[in-house]
Amino acid sequence: MNPTRRTVLKGATASGVLAGLIAAGALRPTQVFAAEWNKAAFEAKDTAGALKGMGAGTPADSKDLMLKVPDIAENGAVVPADVVSNIPNTSSIAILVEKNPSPLCAQFTFANGALPEVSARLKMGQTSLVKAVAKADGKFYTAQKEVKVTVGGCGG
Amino acid sequence: MADPMKIRAQLKGDVAEIRILMGHAMETGQRKDAAGATVPAHFIQSMTVDVGGKRVIDGQTGTSISRNPVFGFKMKGAKAGDKVVVNWVDSKGDKRTDEAAVA
Repeated sequence: MNPTRRTVLKGATASGVLAGLIAAGALRPTQVFAAEWNKAAFEAKDTAGALKGMGAGTPADSKDLMLKVPDIAENGAVVPADVVSNIPNTSSIAILVEKNPSPLCAQFTFANGALPEVSARLKMGQTSLVKAVAKADGKFYTAQKEVKVTVGGCGG
Repeated sequence: MADPMKIRAQLKGDVAEIRILMGHAMETGQRKDAAGATVPAHFIQSMTVDVGGKRVIDGQTGTSISRNPVFGFKMKGAKAGDKVVVNWVDSKGDKRTDEAAVA
C-alpha cells in the first residue's frame, strides 16, 4: 500500500468533482467579482513577473503618484502604506513589495465616484523597495520608496 | 466562519471615507508552526465595496497583505445613509459580507 498514491487519487477525485460543479454553475466562486483572481500576477516570484501578470510591462516613473510608507518599519508584519494618484483617469492602483516571496500585495480597481487612493497594511519579509503602480488611460505609472525592516513579517 | 468586519464610512464634505478591518489570518503558506510543519496558505483573494448599490472598489489581494487587513478608500457622491456593502472571498472559498451605512 502506498499512502502517497492514495492521497493523490483522493485529491484528484475531489478536485475533479469541484471543477465539475464550477463548470455546471452550481458553485460560482467569483460570482460577485468582476474579474477572476489574477493567479499569474499574485503568484509571481519577482516584481517583473508580477508586473507582467498584470499586463503592466515596464511602467513609467511618475511624480503624480504618491506613495506614503514609513522609512523604517519596526515590525515587518504590519507596514502601513498609502497611495494617492493625481494622474487623470486613474482606474486602478496596485502595491508591490519587491523582495517579498510574492511581491504583489493587492490591486484595486475604482469605479462610480471612488477616488484613486487607497491605504492598506503590508507584510514585509525584509528591507525592500515598495512600489505603487497605477493604471490610467491604459498606461502604467509607478512610484517607489525603500522601507527598512528591522523585524521581518514573513516566516516564523 | 470568519469574524465580522468592522466598517466605518464617514462623510467629510462631499468625500466619504471608508475604512474596513477584516478579521483574517492571511497565512502565506511560508510560516511554520511550533512542530515545524508548514502552515498552509489561507488568505483573502478578492474583495469588493458597493456603496448605494453601486460597485465602487473591486480589489484582489495576495499573501503580502498583513494579517487582519485594514483598507481605506475614499469616494465622491455618497450620501448619508447610503448602504456600504463589503464582500471578500479567500483562497479556501470562505466568504463574508458585512454592511454599514454612510454617516
